[in-house]
Amino acid sequence: MTMESSGLIVQPRMADGSPLLRVSNVRKRFGDQVALDGASLDVYEGEVVAILGPSGSGKSTLVRCIDQLESIDGGSMSFEGELLGFEETRGHLRPLTDAGRRRQRRRMSMVFQQFNLFPHWTVLRNITEAPMRVHGVSAAEARQRALELLERIGLADKADAYPRHLSGGQQQRVAIARAVAVRPRILLFDEPTSALDPELVDEVLQTVKSLAAAGHTMVVVTHEVAFAREVADRCVFMADGRVVEDRPADDFFTDPRSERLRTFLTRSGRSQNEVAD
Amino acid sequence: MTTDSVEAAAVVDVESARARVQPLRIIGGLLLASVVLAALWFLVSNERFEWPVVAEYLFNGSVLVGLGMSLMLTAIGMVLGSALGTFLAAGQLSDFWPLRMACMGFVGLFRGIPPLVQLIFWYNLAYLLPRITVGVPFGPELFSWSTNDLITPITAAIIGLSLHEAAYMAEIIRAGILSVDQGQRDAASAMGFSRWHTFTRIILPQAMRVIIPPTGSQVIALLKGTSLVSVIAMGDLLHAVQVIYNRTYDVVPMLIVAVIWYLAVVTVLTVIQRRVEEHFGRGTSRVTVKRTARVKERPL
Repeated sequence: MTMESSGLIVQPRMADGSPLLRVSNVRKRFGDQVALDGASLDVYEGEVVAILGPSGSGKSTLVRCIDQLESIDGGSMSFEGELLGFEETRGHLRPLTDAGRRRQRRRMSMVFQQFNLFPHWTVLRNITEAPMRVHGVSAAEARQRALELLERIGLADKADAYPRHLSGGQQQRVAIARAVAVRPRILLFDEPTSALDPELVDEVLQTVKSLAAAGHTMVVVTHEVAFAREVADRCVFMADGRVVEDRPADDFFTDPRSERLRTFLTRSGRSQNEVAD
Repeated sequence: MTTDSVEAAAVVDVESARARVQPLRIIGGLLLASVVLAALWFLVSNERFEWPVVAEYLFNGSVLVGLGMSLMLTAIGMVLGSALGTFLAAGQLSDFWPLRMACMGFVGLFRGIPPLVQLIFWYNLAYLLPRITVGVPFGPELFSWSTNDLITPITAAIIGLSLHEAAYMAEIIRAGILSVDQGQRDAASAMGFSRWHTFTRIILPQAMRVIIPPTGSQVIALLKGTSLVSVIAMGDLLHAVQVIYNRTYDVVPMLIVAVIWYLAVVTVLTVIQRRVEEHFGRGTSRVTVKRTARVKERPL
C-alpha cells in the first residue's frame, strides 16, 4: 500500500493474506471534474465495508467503477487476484472485450439507489432472469430459489406483482433478492436507502443486516451512520475522491483521526438528533 | 354562516337537485346538430354522389384486389421498415462512430426525399444500373441479374415505401430507446446481460410504450401513402378505382368507394393500436394488478 505513511489507513490482515477485492490508486474524471483521485481499498472475504462521506466525495463512483459501469482512467482494480476490466495481450494492457467484462461481473451483484427493477417484468421474473439467462440455472431451480428469497424477505405473496405495485421499500428488498439470487462473491450497495421515504428505510436496512449476518461480503455506500456503525466490520471515509480513513468500525466512530471525519461525524450526529427530536 | 342556513343544510338532500340550464350549450348543440344534418342532407340529396354506383362497385372484384394490394404493401412496408428502422435506431446510438454516421446519413437521405420521387426513381433504376451483380468488389462476379427483370412495379413499390418507412421508424424507435431510464441499462449490465439481451428484452419492451402511438399513425400514413404507387402502374386501391372511372367516368362515386375502404381500414387499425398499447402498458398501470386470493396487504 502506498498510503500507510499517513497513519490513517489501517488494513486488517486475514489468514490467507490476499484480499477478495483490491482497489489501488484508482483515478476517474468526468470531463473537467475529478471524481476519484487515487482511491484505494481492500475488501476481504466475509467483510462488510461501509463507505461514508459527504456527497460528491466519489463513493458512488467508486462502487460503479468496481462493477465496471464506469471505466477507470488510472490505477487498477483486481478481484480474486484477477485484473478487472483489462488484460495483457501482445505485450500491452488492453481493455477487456464485452464478453470478458460480463464474465467478471457475474461474480458481483449491485443494488442501486433507484432500485432499477425491470418494470415490465413481474417480481419473480426480475429475480429469475439472471440466474437462468446468465448463470445457466434451470427454470425450476431459479424459480424455487427466487421464492425462497422472497419468503425470507417477507414478500412471498408479491411474486406475481409488477414492481410499480410495490412500495419503495418493497421494491428495494426485491432488488436485493435479485442481487443475491446469482450467489455473488461480493455485493455492492450504492446508497440503497437514499431514495426511500424515512419510514421505509428500516425494512431495507433490516434486509441488508440479515445478509451481513449470513456472511456475505459486502461494500455498502450509505448515509446511514448508525447503520454503518452497527453492521460494518470496517468503515471507510471518503472525501475529494480519496479514501481518507479506513478503520475498524469501532475505532472509526470513537477515535476519528482526521479533522474532516470528526467534522463529518459531528454534523451527521447532530442531524440525526434533530430527526429524533 | 348564520344558524338558519346551518339548520337548512341539515334537512336538504342534494340527491333531488336538478341539472342546471346552460343556454350556451343548448345553442352550441343545436348548431352542431344542424351542421351534421346539412352534411347528411348534402350526401343524400346530391344525386351526383350516385350512391347506387357506389354500392355497385363497393365489393367489385378489382376494387377488392386493389384493396388487398394496398394492405399487402402496407404490411410489407411496415415489417421491413420497422426491422430496418430498429437497426438504424440502434446504429444511430452506437458508440462506434462510422456505424453511427452511416445510419444518420441513411435516415437523413431517405427522410428527405419525397416518397413519390423515390418510387419513380426506383422504378427507373435500370437507367442508372442496367445489371445488378453480387461479387467481390473489383473482382469476380458471383451472381448477376438484369435490373429490368428485378425492378417490377411491385419491387419498386416495396423498396421505395420500405426505405421511406425505415427512415421514419428509425427516428420513432430512437426516441423510444432514449426514453428508457439509464438505470435500466446499468442494472442489465450489472447482472451480466449481453448487449443483445439487454436491447431486446429490457430496452425495446420498455421503449414500446413510447414507440407504439406514433407507429400507429405511421401505419395509417403508409396505408394512405400506398396510393402513390398508382403512378408506377401498381394495382393498388386508388389505381383500381381509377381504372374503373377512366372507363365509366363515374369519378366521384368511385373515389367515394376508395374513401369508404380507406376509412374502414384506418378505423380497424386504430382499434388494433389501442389493444397493442394496452399490452405494452403492462407494469405501468396502477389499476390492472392481478391479485390472488391469498394476497394480504401488509401495513407499510
